[in-house]
Amino acid sequence: MAKGILKVKAKAAGDKTKVKLMAKHIMETGLRTDKKTGEKIPEMYLKELKVMHGGKEVFAANMGTAVSKNPYFAFNFAGGAKGDELTMTWVESTGKTATETAKIK
Amino acid sequence: MSMNRRSVVKAIAAGGALVGASVLMPRIALAAWSEKAFSAEDQATAMNELLGGSPEASAEVTLKAPDIAENGAVVPVTVRSTLANVESMSIFVENNPTPLVVEFMVPAGTEADVATRLRMGKTSNVTAVVKADGKLYSASKEVKVTIGGCGG
Repeated sequence: MAKGILKVKAKAAGDKTKVKLMAKHIMETGLRTDKKTGEKIPEMYLKELKVMHGGKEVFAANMGTAVSKNPYFAFNFAGGAKGDELTMTWVESTGKTATETAKIK
Repeated sequence: MSMNRRSVVKAIAAGGALVGASVLMPRIALAAWSEKAFSAEDQATAMNELLGGSPEASAEVTLKAPDIAENGAVVPVTVRSTLANVESMSIFVENNPTPLVVEFMVPAGTEADVATRLRMGKTSNVTAVVKADGKLYSASKEVKVTIGGCGG
């Protein structure tokens, strides 16, 4: 698989897991124009993101174009232990999709 | 020549398969992304399309955002709620071209406490809407944006 766009820091703390997640993505809104050509830059942004832990959904986001460049999310969920794997699936507005994994530390 | 032709045919077949997968997979894999809500140009319409109603203000929803955002391209926002059975949390920026920014699903077991970063075109009210037990609650805050400024 191609190198992922997600940077995930997941840390088990007591009975819960703290997750900080950043996606490296330009989040092009489709509203900007190219200054040289005067043409609109087509939109290209992340639409959906889902995080699974042990087959259970722990977080999901449906995003619009007003999410900042390199979208960042922080959340906590109950359960999860060091060494467990998180599975993240994202979908871009172009229809491109990928699944990435990260370990809880 | 024949080798060439073969590799071209193979490449086309592989490409076709990839395109097919990328078109079909997202629809099956993830929860619905509301086209109408995300393209709505005023806040009330966006809320109605996404959540099917308008929320009432509640002290049990906390929206943490800066008073003044120096850079509208990155505005850090945290939404918290002490309500029970939170299903989803959404963030709206009233004066953005499309007010709906993001909708978070909060499954059971996940805390109703999410931090993210938004884009804001200009000074606007930011509203967080929390859906809990089928009802809608909200909290708002005005964030001043100084675009391209060097400090507020």
